[in-house]
Amino acid sequence: MDWTETLANLIHRTTSDLPADVEAVLQTAIAAEPAQSQASVLLQALSANTVLARRQETPLCQDTGTLTFFWRVPRGADTHALEASAREAVALATQKGWLRRNTIETLSGRSVDTNVTDGSPVCHFEQEATEAVEVWLLQKGGGSENMSGQFSLPDAALGAGRDLDGVRKCILQVVWRAQGFGCAPGILGVCVGADRAEGFLTAKRQLLRPLADAAAEPALAELERRVLAEANSLGIGPMGMGGKTTLLGVKIAARPRLPASYFVTVAYMCWACRRRGVRVTDGHIEWLG
Amino acid sequence: MKQIRYPFSEETVRSLRAGEIVQVFGRVFTGRDRLHKYLAEGGECPVSLRDGALYHCGPVVVPDGDGWRVVAAGPTTSVREEPYMAEVIARHGVRVIIGKGGMGEATQEACKRHGCVYLQAVGGAAALLAQRIRRVEAVYFVEEFGATEALWQLDVESFEAVVGIDAHGRDLFGEVRGASAAALKELM
Repeated sequence: MDWTETLANLIHRTTSDLPADVEAVLQTAIAAEPAQSQASVLLQALSANTVLARRQETPLCQDTGTLTFFWRVPRGADTHALEASAREAVALATQKGWLRRNTIETLSGRSVDTNVTDGSPVCHFEQEATEAVEVWLLQKGGGSENMSGQFSLPDAALGAGRDLDGVRKCILQVVWRAQGFGCAPGILGVCVGADRAEGFLTAKRQLLRPLADAAAEPALAELERRVLAEANSLGIGPMGMGGKTTLLGVKIAARPRLPASYFVTVAYMCWACRRRGVRVTDGHIEWLG
Repeated sequence: MKQIRYPFSEETVRSLRAGEIVQVFGRVFTGRDRLHKYLAEGGECPVSLRDGALYHCGPVVVPDGDGWRVVAAGPTTSVREEPYMAEVIARHGVRVIIGKGGMGEATQEACKRHGCVYLQAVGGAAALLAQRIRRVEAVYFVEEFGATEALWQLDVESFEAVVGIDAHGRDLFGEVRGASAAALKELM
């Protein structure tokens, strides 16, 4: 099993081939905007870009994002070797022009031209009672990451208390603050509860959920629907230039918290929600997403 | 659809109105965080930006023979350059800013005062926009800032964008921000 090659192919698919569910929601949004409107023209350009990137097998967006690999592996798997393959695959994909030279040494300001260094790419491993190795790649750009946010409830300025209505206000505040800066229409991953660090990780993981998915907990599923509708009534629109399409999806999860803490964490993803997976069972490769 | 061509005259730029769709032709420079900070702090620019277009973009480029080929080149979020933009417009005579998401009041004021416009390119439409780049003419600061942050001198044709901030004080993003703030208040 050549993991480096498989992961390089995963990167190539993720960077150039927008998942079908995201593309379908874009089409629905185009139909909802008045023909010839600014919003419609912008959404149609996104759609045309999606088709072109897929055909050319080139990046959908020049910001090829933070590369986060979410792994589910059998007990006893050699995670060290898998991570080494991920690093090799990233270097290869960068050389091929599937990824931008997108990594900066923070203190020196130097570009890490391979995109591989301590802390890049990011790998999260979970061991499970499974025979297969499954890995999902999320490519999340910096413009959208800059718009993510975290609140500690109660929040007096927002009038947000420690309940789902308070959560709703936090999420809407993030959407308003983001305007078009994070490449609206966006997709939100939200975590209610947890500590600050786990909150962001859980929120980000929600971005792997299909857009048609609803939270298992009915109260959260209802909140997902409500926030989506309310955000789209704000009139921010594609790229913040006005319109009915401000969000394409909202995915919320809840985690336990300490009595003293009640965090609401929102991961803002741009419309180019690049997430793809692969499952390998006994050398057999199955593409996911 | 109005077509504008490098070098961009003050008269041309002042004739554009917010909401209009334009096509850009000819020379366009890219520049983002590192370049703006450098220029605003008085750094020397190796090429004249006067009557030029500055595109907030860090492209994906691959070496191609003796030169480079642009694979993906959508806009980056412009508002990060807000602390520097007005100074860069005033000092370097930039006539056209291209980016995404809009900018702040200082840039809006500088557009009015010096005759400059802000164009919104389609964020994330990197493959589509890269097709509009005919060639890379030159690159500066690639060693100092890295390939993504470098100043790329590009030759473009039919590069489509919407006038977001015009030279008459109109700012579409500011209008949407204001209206959405009122809508948000109703929901809180």
